[in-house]
Amino acid sequence: MPDNNDKTEILCDQVLRACSSKTPLAIRSGNSKLFYGRDVQGEPLPLDEHNGILSYKASELVITARSGSRISDIESALDEHGQQLAFEPPCHSDQSTIGGAIACGLSGPARPFHGAARDFVLGAKIINGKGELMQFGGQVMKNVAGYDVSRLMVGAQGTLGVLLEISLKVLPKAEAETTLAFEIDAVEGHKMLRGWLIDGHPVTASCHYQGVLSVRLSSTENSISNAHRKMGGEVVANDLWQQLRHQSHPCFEQANLWRLSLPPAAVIHNEDDQLIEWGGALRWKVSNNDLFEQAQRLGGHATRYNINSSPAQENSSDEIFQPLQAGMLAIHKRIKHALDPNNILNPARLYKEL
Amino acid sequence: MSTSTDKKLVIRCLQKILPTESVLHKEEDLRPYECDGLSAYQQVPMVVVLPETIKQIEDILSFCTNQTIPVVARGAGTGLSGGALPLENGILMSLARLSRIQNIDIDNRTARVQPGVRNLAISEAASSYGLYYAPDPSSQIACSIGGNVAENAGGVHCLKYGLTVHNILKLEVITMQGEHLTIGSDALDSPGYDLLALMTGSEGLLGVITEITVKLLPKPEAANVILAAFDDVATAGQAVSNIIADGILPAGLELMDNAALRAADDFVNAGYPRDAAAILLCEIDGTSAEVADRLEHAQNVLRTSGATEIRVAHDEQQRAKFWAGRKAAFPAVGRLSPDYYCMDGTIPRYQIANVLTRISELSNEYRLPIVNVFHAGDGNLHPLILYDANIDGELERTEELGGKILEICVEAGGTITGEHGVGMEKINQMCVQFNSMELQQFHAIKHAFDPDELLNPGKAIPTLHRCAEFGAMHVHHGQLPHPELERF
Repeated sequence: MPDNNDKTEILCDQVLRACSSKTPLAIRSGNSKLFYGRDVQGEPLPLDEHNGILSYKASELVITARSGSRISDIESALDEHGQQLAFEPPCHSDQSTIGGAIACGLSGPARPFHGAARDFVLGAKIINGKGELMQFGGQVMKNVAGYDVSRLMVGAQGTLGVLLEISLKVLPKAEAETTLAFEIDAVEGHKMLRGWLIDGHPVTASCHYQGVLSVRLSSTENSISNAHRKMGGEVVANDLWQQLRHQSHPCFEQANLWRLSLPPAAVIHNEDDQLIEWGGALRWKVSNNDLFEQAQRLGGHATRYNINSSPAQENSSDEIFQPLQAGMLAIHKRIKHALDPNNILNPARLYKEL
Repeated sequence: MSTSTDKKLVIRCLQKILPTESVLHKEEDLRPYECDGLSAYQQVPMVVVLPETIKQIEDILSFCTNQTIPVVARGAGTGLSGGALPLENGILMSLARLSRIQNIDIDNRTARVQPGVRNLAISEAASSYGLYYAPDPSSQIACSIGGNVAENAGGVHCLKYGLTVHNILKLEVITMQGEHLTIGSDALDSPGYDLLALMTGSEGLLGVITEITVKLLPKPEAANVILAAFDDVATAGQAVSNIIADGILPAGLELMDNAALRAADDFVNAGYPRDAAAILLCEIDGTSAEVADRLEHAQNVLRTSGATEIRVAHDEQQRAKFWAGRKAAFPAVGRLSPDYYCMDGTIPRYQIANVLTRISELSNEYRLPIVNVFHAGDGNLHPLILYDANIDGELERTEELGGKILEICVEAGGTITGEHGVGMEKINQMCVQFNSMELQQFHAIKHAFDPDELLNPGKAIPTLHRCAEFGAMHVHHGQLPHPELERF
């Protein structure tokens, strides 16, 4: 029986044609993360119809799916076996696909505790900018044959290759989950949190917002109640974490929002409108000025993050992502050239120069 | 660079960069560097240099680029795939003297270290703060963190705690072109491409790592181990799948077959059930309550999976004893035979029984005994082929058998190397795992970093020419056309 959801051939042909005519391609899937990058002017390359789960065995902790598969479909398949995408990729709509999630490389509240999108990628089938179909990595937990090209795709937003299939490590869900809330300011709250982390409490998410520190514990029932006894705090509903994961929390509706990824212990100020996740390592802040310098000074980087605005225009001088230092930009260009010599894959999506 | 005059000139130039005693060039000084942990491959380099500063590394690389001399960087030399094998006309740069732990940052739970720092030394230094560095390759007493990054080293705890790539944050790198790159950061993610992943496991082909920032984890409050015996290896393999399908994520899940467990028991008196066809060691860690709950759960699964005997270590001493056997497995096997050859294929777990059967068939066919010890939790096999290098042709037959085992792993949906790297050893099998377009893509990436191919050339990624020759040899079904020719 022909597999109508396998568009590999059509997609390869289109990339091949675009390569010979040097036509830029705008890679699209669920279209839910257009805001996360610069606008791409090009012939659309749609991936949403290239979908379907190709293999999933719960005992392997591995799922392989076509890039256009919706995250919601993947999660329902995993849910049947009590498993999850442990990096909690944000879905900005129910159209969000696994290809988009991996291409953008965003991860949710569990990131410092379970790992990021890139940590769970085991292998990928891609089309490079020359229209060549290639496979890297695999479906096993450990694989050090060749350079890690599949992880290189994570966060590259299609500029290095069109993602066709992705193999991901999945994890069992914890037996139980509880959220504890503490009324405390950001500075003191994070001191307390650092202590709990060193003590090895089963923390899998944290959030400080408007004078309340919320901490998620995931483990067995006994282990959670022990931790609760030692940590104190009030048990509250768990729905905060879904709002943070999918970025539907009111914080994300603000204009001029910035995402700051910093060393967790970078200096914290008590500010009302700031939301802090990841044990201090991820901070959301409103600012009319760009925060690139500030973030760099603190040892991290900043991203302009406006979910409700349209992507920055092609010729806009406003960077979305932290500008790269000259040496890094040079190596980025050479890597781009190695995979997409004619610069046809999502050109300038990340940076004008790529 | 073949004449002795040239060599003298190179030495003189290097002596301007480094103190005289840090430039080794006499036969007896070079000899210790002729191989890494895979002693089947040996080559004395032209010169060995022992830099102690970043500036010296920079000057050495710049000299080599100007003179077109290839360079191989080396850590502790414990690698098992010949990745640090020197080149006859090249410079071997040992980074062992860059062995300072620069900083342990308790609040950020990180350590900033030089590449020559030993893996275990990081955990030892972090221990008083209740922290440790998770990846624990079996050579962790000796192996260096720089080498770990180059090989993306694993260990017993990978299934739960990941490989090196999951446990590092930042690298300082110098390329052959003299660029200084800071890859990654002290934050959890960085703008641009994931060069941290690209560098990890690149086997020293892309750049020289001069500093590494690793993540530190809190030491688990509790840990305990279950020893389960089986009267059939395939049943033990199935039990591994059942444990994981049932939602348990062990900190370690190791399988040893009868030959391995007997050898280990003879060696360290681990108290293993010597008649079992296979044993599983299943380690659970976490909070005390979690460990208690999951030990119970895991025992139930093992029982219903057909374990003939289940023992839970009743104290820390017994736990250490159970593990001592596993940790001593390689040296224990070393006592069974003059030489052994360690493989490193990884397969999907559901293929364990099938692949083990085929390995045992090959063992009979080649009349070379094979002992199996492996990281069952992540499907990472370490078949040990027993041979005697003093018997004419036996090493060659061993390598051929090893190659076949790796091809079976690829066929089963796995890979030729889970954690030891390709190096020189598995370079031909790379032609089985990747097609020519994929290999060319690897070369294009190499050129983005090292256009003149001076950094560890000839390792990890085969040339298409080499694959064509290997393919041609393949046709003859193991009967190598020119047995007298060198074959890496």
